[in-house]
Amino acid sequence: MIKIERRDETSNLIYFLTPVLAIFLTLVTGAIIFYLLGFKPLEALKFFFITPISDLYGLSELLVKATPLCLIAIGLSFCFKSNNWNIGAEGQLTFGGIVGGGVALLFYNHEGFYVLPLIILAGAIGGMIFAMIPAILKIYFNTNEILVSLMLVYVSKLLLDYLVVGPWSNPEGFNFPETRQFSESARLPILFEGLRIHAGIFIALFSVFLAWVILFKTYLGFQIKVSGLSLKTAKYAGFKGKTMILLVFMVSGACAGLAGVGEITGPIGQLHRMISPEYGFTAIIVAFLGRLNPIGIVFASLIVALTYLGAETAQIFLQVPKYTGQVFQGMILFFLLASDFLLFFRIKFLGLKKYEY
Amino acid sequence: MYKYFLRLLASVLLLLGFSINAHAEFKVGFVYVGPTGDHGWTYQHDEGRKAVEAAGIKTTYVESVPEGADAERVIRQLAQSGHDLIFTTSFGYMDPTNKVAKDFPNVKFEHATGYKREHSNVSTYSARFYEGRTLLGHMAGKMTKTNVIGYIASFPIPEVIRGINAMTLAAQKVNPNIKTKIVWVFTWYDPGKESEAAQALIDQGADIIMQHTDSTAPVQVAEKAGVWSFGQASDMQRFAPKSILTSIIDDWAPYYVERSIAARDGTWKQQDTWHGLKEGMVAMAPYNSAMGSGLVKEVEKLQKDLASGKAHSFTGPIYDQQGNLLVAEGKVADDGMLAGMSVYVKGVEGDIPK
Repeated sequence: MIKIERRDETSNLIYFLTPVLAIFLTLVTGAIIFYLLGFKPLEALKFFFITPISDLYGLSELLVKATPLCLIAIGLSFCFKSNNWNIGAEGQLTFGGIVGGGVALLFYNHEGFYVLPLIILAGAIGGMIFAMIPAILKIYFNTNEILVSLMLVYVSKLLLDYLVVGPWSNPEGFNFPETRQFSESARLPILFEGLRIHAGIFIALFSVFLAWVILFKTYLGFQIKVSGLSLKTAKYAGFKGKTMILLVFMVSGACAGLAGVGEITGPIGQLHRMISPEYGFTAIIVAFLGRLNPIGIVFASLIVALTYLGAETAQIFLQVPKYTGQVFQGMILFFLLASDFLLFFRIKFLGLKKYEY
Repeated sequence: MYKYFLRLLASVLLLLGFSINAHAEFKVGFVYVGPTGDHGWTYQHDEGRKAVEAAGIKTTYVESVPEGADAERVIRQLAQSGHDLIFTTSFGYMDPTNKVAKDFPNVKFEHATGYKREHSNVSTYSARFYEGRTLLGHMAGKMTKTNVIGYIASFPIPEVIRGINAMTLAAQKVNPNIKTKIVWVFTWYDPGKESEAAQALIDQGADIIMQHTDSTAPVQVAEKAGVWSFGQASDMQRFAPKSILTSIIDDWAPYYVERSIAARDGTWKQQDTWHGLKEGMVAMAPYNSAMGSGLVKEVEKLQKDLASGKAHSFTGPIYDQQGNLLVAEGKVADDGMLAGMSVYVKGVEGDIPK
């Protein structure tokens, strides 16, 4: 008989090393997959993980791609740490983008230093409000936040569709589903001439710092942690559960909204139907890969961003199917969860005769 | 072990050498919005790419590139990695293409279906799909019993509205009683939405289903319901063998080969291409014999006339829905009018979504 039992103790060091192990196993399995597909494994891995960041442009692209992932994952870590399952970051991102984009269009052809901060603020508030919907429904009607937040993704995407096709579409754009290009004053400044890396990275880094302070240095962070470990204990300790649920959703939504507004005022520069290639969902992987820890999330977002870039370069140089990128993301998560399982549980092989239960 | 490392070292060096020499060979890159698959828009572009490859020119493609922030990076990477000509095959790549073109004046860019040529190394190209729609309209007008033609439309851009109008005008010519009913699905590819739209149109009495979307769902719904349908972008006959009368085929191959050779030989020049039946960029799949040899002959003649210029899809008199004259009798609509078309002609039901 095989018996699975919880380990009494788990090593903290190994807890933070398992993501590294997961990445290592992903690389090994990836090499095997490449081999089976008929590519030279080492060459393929080189094009996948080294070539994309072998020059300044590539590094800048990595940061451009990692910025929204990191921002969203930071927000999600507040939710996940406290046992609130916000799966709808993609929707909050989209709604933040809509509100921020709306302000940007409102100030079309306005110059002024206040335009950009206003747009960013609007985006954060938009995402925040949108995230409050599942939170409030959970608090007062005990609904399942996974379902509500997930379904709201489609609501926001359809709203965006409606806006860019109809009322907000570019009057000179022949009815194509996109808005005007925002004016210069509504764009995040580019940090280096010729590269796409933009000031949004500072917003992300500041959020990381803020998240670290809140999670590790404040009473709120302590409450979040305790609720995550045991809801009953939290209740017993007299924490105000409802306020906390609302708060973590607001933080999470605001971060996703910021990511959305960062995309449209950064590399995209307008609203259209594809403002996010599902960053909101990928960020869930990032959050867990980063162990819901702000610093861990920074590294995780860089690694996951690299799988996107790698999938492109591997396709350009070797014609490796683009979906290998998603396979890599899936493998990383799989190996992480699998090693987590072995970290927290042990498998005991018992002889048939010893079976006494 | 030692040998293994030496071999590894050698292969790495070889690899480096290869990437340095990459610039020497003439290469053409393609950026696709969807997966290459086995039918539809991207599939046809990839068929075009294969023709370029068959002409002895090396090609590369990147599939499923989202039309957001990622497009610019992919296009730039293709330009940086020694591609001399790059085809970007979706409307959403318009701004990224122009942006990258500015930084790579020696690389040629070809953007499909767009209207911006901001730099001298950017060309645009599209096909006169509306000519194919005229043929579909003729068949639809003849084949319908209920006099209701169902049309699944994607986005209210001139391209799509032009197709609706061309089809309606041609159908009216052979059957003045027809009505065109439209469902806007606001997507280029969504089998679920498209099949719902097809079903809704059939429920409203349509016995002809036409689509300006990419999936095979509508023709399959039509096959099941026993009504006629038309394939889109590639020959979809095998997905609905009884129902499909023909398909409009996007044939990019001749253009891609011509432009690739021109770029290789240094004769490439900026241009705005709008090719149709005449040049073969729009082609028709075999006609279903179920419509009778008489009708097939009629359609084949019309196809020939459209190709030779003897017939035109938009020949006056053409009226809009309110009855205002758009094109006078004996005149044909000019390309400018066609390019910006944003009103329905008489006989189309409903309003263009705003």
